[in-house]
Amino acid sequence: MPFSTLSELKTRLDAGDISAVELARQYLERAEKHNPALNAFVHLDAKYVLAQAEASDAYRAAHGARTLEGLPIAIKDIFCTQDGPTQCCSNILKGFHAPYDAHVITRLKEAGAVLFGKTNMDEFAMGSSNETSAFGPCRNPWNSDCIPGGSSGGSAAAVAAALVPAALGTDTGGSIRQPAALTGITGMKPTYGRVSRRGIIAFASSLDQAGPMTRSVRDAAMIGEAIAGHDAGDSTSVADAPEMNWLAACDRVDMQGLKIGKPKEYFIDGMDAGVREAVDAALAACEKLGAEIVDISLPNTQYAVAAYYVIAPSEASANLSRYDGVRFGHRCENPDDLLDMYTRSRDEGFGSEVKRRILTGNFALSSGYYDAYYKKAQQVRTLIRQDFLNAFEKVDVIATPTSPVPAFKIGEKTDDPLTMYLADIFTIALNLAGLPGLSQPCGAVHGLPVGLQWIAPAWREDMLLGAAAAYESATDWSTKVPQGFGGET
Amino acid sequence: MSWETVIGLEVHVQINSKTKAFCGCSTTFGADPNTQTCPVCLGMPGQLPVLNTEAARKSALTGLAINGQINLESKFDRKNYFYPDLPKGYQITQFPVPIVEFGHLDIPVPDGIKRIGITRIHMEEDAGKSMHEGLDGVSHIDLNRSGVPLMEIVSEPDMRCADEAVAYLKQLHQLVRFLNVSGADMEKGQFRCDANVSVRRFGEPLGTRAELKNLNSFRFIKQAIEYEVARQIELIEDGGEVVQETRLYDSVKGESRSMRSKEEAHDYRYFPEPDLPPLRISQQELDAIRAGMPELPGALRARFETEFGLSSYDADVLTQTRELAVWYESLVAAHPADPKRCANWMANELLGRLKESGLNISSSPVSALRLAGLLDRIADNTISGKIAKDVLDAMMASGDHADAIIESKGLKQVSDSGAIDDMIVKVMADNPQQLEQFRAGKDKLMGFFVGQVMKASKGQANPAMVNQRLNKLLKG
Repeated sequence: MPFSTLSELKTRLDAGDISAVELARQYLERAEKHNPALNAFVHLDAKYVLAQAEASDAYRAAHGARTLEGLPIAIKDIFCTQDGPTQCCSNILKGFHAPYDAHVITRLKEAGAVLFGKTNMDEFAMGSSNETSAFGPCRNPWNSDCIPGGSSGGSAAAVAAALVPAALGTDTGGSIRQPAALTGITGMKPTYGRVSRRGIIAFASSLDQAGPMTRSVRDAAMIGEAIAGHDAGDSTSVADAPEMNWLAACDRVDMQGLKIGKPKEYFIDGMDAGVREAVDAALAACEKLGAEIVDISLPNTQYAVAAYYVIAPSEASANLSRYDGVRFGHRCENPDDLLDMYTRSRDEGFGSEVKRRILTGNFALSSGYYDAYYKKAQQVRTLIRQDFLNAFEKVDVIATPTSPVPAFKIGEKTDDPLTMYLADIFTIALNLAGLPGLSQPCGAVHGLPVGLQWIAPAWREDMLLGAAAAYESATDWSTKVPQGFGGET
Repeated sequence: MSWETVIGLEVHVQINSKTKAFCGCSTTFGADPNTQTCPVCLGMPGQLPVLNTEAARKSALTGLAINGQINLESKFDRKNYFYPDLPKGYQITQFPVPIVEFGHLDIPVPDGIKRIGITRIHMEEDAGKSMHEGLDGVSHIDLNRSGVPLMEIVSEPDMRCADEAVAYLKQLHQLVRFLNVSGADMEKGQFRCDANVSVRRFGEPLGTRAELKNLNSFRFIKQAIEYEVARQIELIEDGGEVVQETRLYDSVKGESRSMRSKEEAHDYRYFPEPDLPPLRISQQELDAIRAGMPELPGALRARFETEFGLSSYDADVLTQTRELAVWYESLVAAHPADPKRCANWMANELLGRLKESGLNISSSPVSALRLAGLLDRIADNTISGKIAKDVLDAMMASGDHADAIIESKGLKQVSDSGAIDDMIVKVMADNPQQLEQFRAGKDKLMGFFVGQVMKASKGQANPAMVNQRLNKLLKG
């Protein structure tokens, strides 16, 4: 039961085999048992979860089931919720309670979902290992010495260990896909503008996008369908996005006629040999399903990480200015004057990675440096977008490894930010281009999961879901579970 | 050695939209602190701006009125600085691509008209208000104003003296009120001016400028600029140098002090606002805005002079605001016989009385139609102009028709020659000495007799007829 998918659980709930309260109780018990070892949840209020489950059962009895009726979904600590704290895993927001729900939280509530605790993450989503969290690192269920990836590490670990059947994450440069890959689950970043950002604590506004982290492709589609759609309160959420049938897209079982692009820049020296083998094997499986593998080139890929680490910190440097100790969040004790209040509050409240990015961003935007850094990075961004447009003239989707390496050890890269930044080398480019991407499990190296990344043209999440669903139906990587969490067969 | 002054002005005009620039909060002035706020204008985590399109339309309208180029696609940027009344730590503004560029305003100068270039108009949001006075070392912050929409109107350095600067500001002030894009109440901070001032010897390149802040009345603006010009000239003549700095004018002391030097100036680290797409206005929308443009003060003034034969003074007074001009035209419509009489009575009599009562034309107890009713009674000789002033006083107090007041107070002019003759005979009998002198050739006494007869009639006698009958009867 615990390693069931959302769709399986939905079937059981709809059939009356189990109530939402019973389901919630089972996951609460699992979370209570396993969370101390994983540190996936930073806030979990059993009473609140059960109250929602009871309300869901009552709603079902009175009105019938909504699309996610009674299904527990964990929430990354970056989503503002009216109930419980929203802290972005930062000391500067310790104890902060938002007086509003993020738009996607409202959508989940309207779909009948049961909000199941706040999950661990890198502070302000800045990190690829969940080690920058003010609440301590989260651990990978497949190997507790390893990181779960980041920044949505808590959501990934909680779903991988089946402490919850699904979770929401956010993805600015790979923060859904990379941890999904490193913990053996499915994670999808929708097209920029598909999902409202309102009420999601901003990291880099032009890159941030919320998405599902699940045990199957269809589950990702279920949540994607629930949270997508125009929001007049987010001027970057797109009003006239093409209509799409999320669930029908997952019915695909073969790849007849599908042209899959294999970009040479994503199969590079220095990547883990086991990862390369796993992805090559996955592509061979796709060929067997009828796909045509086409070698392509995305020539500006090598500049993506550099451009990203100018644009994202620049936006972040402004986005994080509001944490100034004036209206909410941490304020230092007994400031001498205004400047002292600002500097000490922010010094005490922010962790070192966040400070590094604020400084980087301020530098890149400074007068005299703007043209050389920010402006140049935006030009690179245009080139990268063009690379993808060119590629999609020849192919339907692109397949790559999600991460060049499997999960690494906790502490292994914390002293070397540049190496850490390369963890997102395969995921960043599509955030810069605003494209949808999906990572799904496709193998293992030394007992650690490997992720296969799909990239589709803008607004073609159905292409991602179709390819991933076909691959999932032909292989059994999505059914693998980590040892020690009661899922052994 | 003669000096030339160079002045450029930056004016922040509060757009009079119902809601703030990027959220739905009210912009009403004077509410209790922090009662007109929401998570967006408080800068709460995850909150996003949504542009108020009314503010954008009003900015474009202003751009058209100054003959500017409207950029059909303009962009928003973030201007970064820390201050407690700036909740997000950045202000949303427009930097490289503002909504309006390349406009101008023609201002009256002693020898005619001068064209002042307007570099740009950009949209931005206001900050909140910090309060430090009388709070015992603590500061309070009111964020009601945070996010209120502003236009910043930036002129070219085209003005050459304080009077030109004031003339430009008055012209702009009148324009934005005419367009109904701003209340422009300076006391409420809806029309705020910063001045960039430098001096140079004639023919030399531009001198180093100082920026004067906090100029909140036309009078202070003139004083501040004149003080600054004198300061700079004295500095240079004493062998010193003007440094680029921001100076704060203290209207109480009548002097300015340095606020921050160029070295201390902020690096605002402008960059494109990623939360807002470019502001797009279609040609169609722009055409609609243009079609809705009211007649502007200059054109209206000229028309009042030619069409109604008004003096330039009266035309100027009656086009100070759109309400005045509209009121005047309704008055003329109701009393078409004599537009000049309309102008005299409105500009001199009515507006004077309104001002004394602390009222304005919109709150006038006498409507245009009723004032026309009064003027009709002057025209048909029912009452004299002098009596009409008393009637207007009564109309101001009661709001009644002129006719009702004339009737009830029995103020109808006496034009009956028999009745006037009776009065004249009585006055002659009562003043035999003056009569004798008059008849002996002292013509000046005519005025005395007119006065006595008017007095006897309680002012109601028709003055022309009194003159005519006196001429006849006095001579015997």
